[in-house]
Formats: sequence, structure tokens, C-alpha cells
Amino acid sequence: MAFRLNHKYIIALKVVIHLAAFIPLLYTFYLASIDQLSADPVKALLHFTGISAFNLLLLSLLVSPLAKQLRQALLINVRRLLGLYAFAYALCHFLVYIFFELQLNWTLLLSEIIKRPYITVGFAALLILTALALTSTKTIQRKLKTKWQKLHNWVYLAVLLVALHFIWSVKSDITEPLIYWAMSLILLSQRKDKLKQWWQKRKRQGQASKSTS
Amino acid sequence: MLIKIPAPSACKENQVTDEKIYHQRRAIIKSLGFMGAASLLHTSKASAFNLFGDDEKTVFATSALDYSPAKHYVTDDIYTPEDKVINYNNFYEFGTGKSDPVANAQGFKVDPWHLTIDGMVEKPITLGYDDLFKKLALEERIYRLRCVEAWSMVIPWIGFSLADLIKQAQPLSGAKYVAFETLYDPKQMPGQRSRFSGGGIDYPYVEGLRIDEAMHPLAFMAVGLYGKTLPPQNGAPIRLVVPWKYGFKSIKSITRIKLTDKKPPTTWNLLGANEYGFYANVNPEVDHPRWTQASERRITTGGLFNQSRIPTQMFNGYDEVAPLYKNLDLRRNY
Repeated sequence: MAFRLNHKYIIALKVVIHLAAFIPLLYTFYLASIDQLSADPVKALLHFTGISAFNLLLLSLLVSPLAKQLRQALLINVRRLLGLYAFAYALCHFLVYIFFELQLNWTLLLSEIIKRPYITVGFAALLILTALALTSTKTIQRKLKTKWQKLHNWVYLAVLLVALHFIWSVKSDITEPLIYWAMSLILLSQRKDKLKQWWQKRKRQGQASKSTS
Repeated sequence: MLIKIPAPSACKENQVTDEKIYHQRRAIIKSLGFMGAASLLHTSKASAFNLFGDDEKTVFATSALDYSPAKHYVTDDIYTPEDKVINYNNFYEFGTGKSDPVANAQGFKVDPWHLTIDGMVEKPITLGYDDLFKKLALEERIYRLRCVEAWSMVIPWIGFSLADLIKQAQPLSGAKYVAFETLYDPKQMPGQRSRFSGGGIDYPYVEGLRIDEAMHPLAFMAVGLYGKTLPPQNGAPIRLVVPWKYGFKSIKSITRIKLTDKKPPTTWNLLGANEYGFYANVNPEVDHPRWTQASERRITTGGLFNQSRIPTQMFNGYDEVAPLYKNLDLRRNY
């Protein structure tokens, strides 16, 4: 009999995720507050929260392919936690930007979101993650029924927007963003059947609405 | 409770564990890092993960300089602490992260050094390492440095005016531009070894000024900061400082200054002409396509809560250079 993850392992895994995600966040903010995080703590915090949010988002997308591959159905139970931490880091990223980079200059915030494409797509991704986080509870999931899955498929768009946000934000060296693009596309390719289905359905709907009009 | 009392003859752990293996524990802890691949890529950016790093490398030795303290070029601005000036640098020859230069440049050799001034001059000259500190009297100047990335510092430099240096070579009247070149030495500068590590730049790094800009009294050649010779990450042994332009114009570790009648190529302009112009004057009215240049974050002391965002001034507050550009549309010639 092959090894099966039971609930005890899942709880242990969740504890590990909590520790590994929460402590670095706290500690990095602490270092920044006592001026021990590089000469420009704001920039360092922005990079740290941004890249960590991306890592967590990719990890959350890794869960279901991994569960399928390893035949560990229970593994799916850690997906929400990873997704919520991805959202938490993304929110911190945005808050650091507002509070410490722009220092609460609201007009500047608004104009930057509109004028700078990389900020626009980053902000759009954050909105998607917010919607997903707010609808992540079991109760809401049950209430939304099939709509829930449709809504949460938006995460695929979010990951592409985040990858775009990253590659547009760097000054010259795009090696690292390209690595992240590759990781994102590999994870999305695991869902190619699903995406294909969705695409064909849309095409059919498009044709249907054309023929009726 | 089990209290283990080892026999006096028993081996201690360090007697049975090879030191090499013992030291691998750090590598293991590192590789277990939750942030996975990114923590390896990012050790330089998020120093939270340097917790387990053993960064006790030898530090480049700087030496005290003989100079006249700042008199004319002073400012009321709070200085950026030395520790931040020498630990937070853009010097892609040593890596693209802000803390890469300090990590990778400590073994940099500056002596012997050759700085050649040639091209359209009467008398080409080459300065050796010692000449850099002896040929001209050293003075201190406190300048604001505004990076194109919208952060800024206030730094006490030591050096001499660029005009005085150029005059030594007796420029010809036909010379219209001054071209600068950084040392090209991939053995010493890891960023020059491949396009991946050096930010996609074609090395050597080159910069240029119009001759009237170069001869302006504000244009400065720095050989030191905070009373000592420059550390390599700040451009040892000699660098340009043009305080009214974005930081990337202030080229580091210069080996050649050439006077010419043609507009010389400049590195960041070659890399992205729509983002970085030849002039690169600090200008709050002309945004970088991807971010605003209307304000900047001044790096001084204190942590997260002391960071201050201040309005950016035209020419970084050095209005005396305005006459140089009176016939130039600075929106088009950014």
C-alpha cells in the first residue's frame, strides 16, 4: 500500500506553512523598522513582499498538479492557505508602496496606477487576488456552487498579470522575470485541457450570439 | 530525565565531524529556505535571509586623504550616513543588485591605475595611481546625488574639478564633447563576463558630456568620500560626479577621457533611448516612462518610518547650470 497523507500530516504541513510564511514577513518588517534592511528599507521591503507573493502564488498553483501526480487528494487542503498568504504578501506589497514609497500621496497613487502600465497590471492582479481571498471560505464556496470555480479560475489571469508586472518593473536585466514567466507558463500548461475547454466554449458562444443576431 | 555524562575518553562531536561537513549545515539550512529558488536569487536583496550567511570577507582598504574641507560647495541637507553610501550602489560591473557591488568588489585592484586623457588635445596625458591624488589639490564638496530610480543621497566627496583636469591636456578648440570610459576587466568585474550577470549592458560602460558641461565648475572628479579614498563599489580610484544630472551619468572607475567633436555614445541611452537621454538632467517635469521624477526618496538615517519623500528640484537644485541649456528644449532633450 502506497503512502497516503492523512489529516495529521496536513495539519503539520499547515503549521509549517504558517511559520515559514509569517515569521519572515514579521522579521523583515522588524529589520526595516530598525534600519537594518539595506540602505533603502522601502525598496528592500517592496522587493521582498513582491517576490514572496509571487512565490506563494506559484506554490498555490503547484498544489493541484502535485496532488494529482502524487495521488494525494488531501494535499489540496493546503492550497487555500498558500493562496491567502500570497494575497497577504501582495497586500503588504501594495501597502508598503502606498505608505512608505508614496507616503500617502493619494493623487500620486491614482495617477501612477493610471499612467504606469506595470502598476496598472499589478493593481489589477491585486484586485483579482482580493476577490479570491474574500470568497475563499467554505461557506461562500458552497453558496456560489459552480460559480465559485469559475471565479477562482481568474487566478490564471492573475498569475500572468503578476509576471507582466514583474518584467515591466525591472530596469534592464530581465533574466529573473523570464525565469518566473517560465515557471508560470509551466504551471498554466498543467491546466491546458481546462483552458482549451474554456476557449472552445467561448468560441461557440461567440458563434451562437453571432448567428442569432 | 536522562542526564548523559560522557566518559572522559569519549570523542567529542567536533572530533568526529569533519569541519567541512560541519560547515555544510549552513548550506543545508539555506537550501531548506521556504522561499526556495527566490531566496537564493535574492539573498542580496532581502537581507532577512542573510541570517545564515557567512559574509566575513576582507574589506577593501581605503586610506585617509589630505584635502581642504568643504567651503563653497556645502548644503543644509542632512548627509547620508557613510555606511549607506558605501553599501547601496548601482555598479552593474559588480552585479545588478544594490548590495552586489559591496559584496563583489572588495578584491578590486586600483593600484596600478592608468587614466588617459587624449583625443582632441594638445598634450595627451596619462595619470598613474599616485598622480590621481597629487597632480591637483584635493578639496571637499558636499553634493546631492539624484538617482534616475527616484532616490537620492547627500555625499561629501573629495577630488578636483573636471575642468582643471582637462586643462592639463590643453584641449583643442574643435573639441565639442568629452567621452568617458570605465575600466574593462572581466577578470575583476564579474558583470562584464556575461550579459546575464551584467544587466544586458555592452561593456565597457561609456558616458559623455558636452564640453561646456564638462568645463562647468560644478563637474567634479572624485577620488574619495567621507575623508578617505573611494571604496571600489563607489568607483575607485576615480569617478565623475555631475550633481545636476541623474546618477548614471557619474561614471565610475574611469580609465579614459577622450575629447572629440562627435557626440559620444552613452551606455544607458544605448540600452533604452526612450527612457534615458544623452543629457539626463534632473528634471521633475519630465517623467521616466515608467515612474514619476517629480519627487524622490532621500536616503538618510532611520528605518522605514524616517524615509522622507521630497520634491525633486530642477537640475537637482543646481540652478547655476541653467544657462548651459537656455537654447535647448529639455522635454525633447531629456
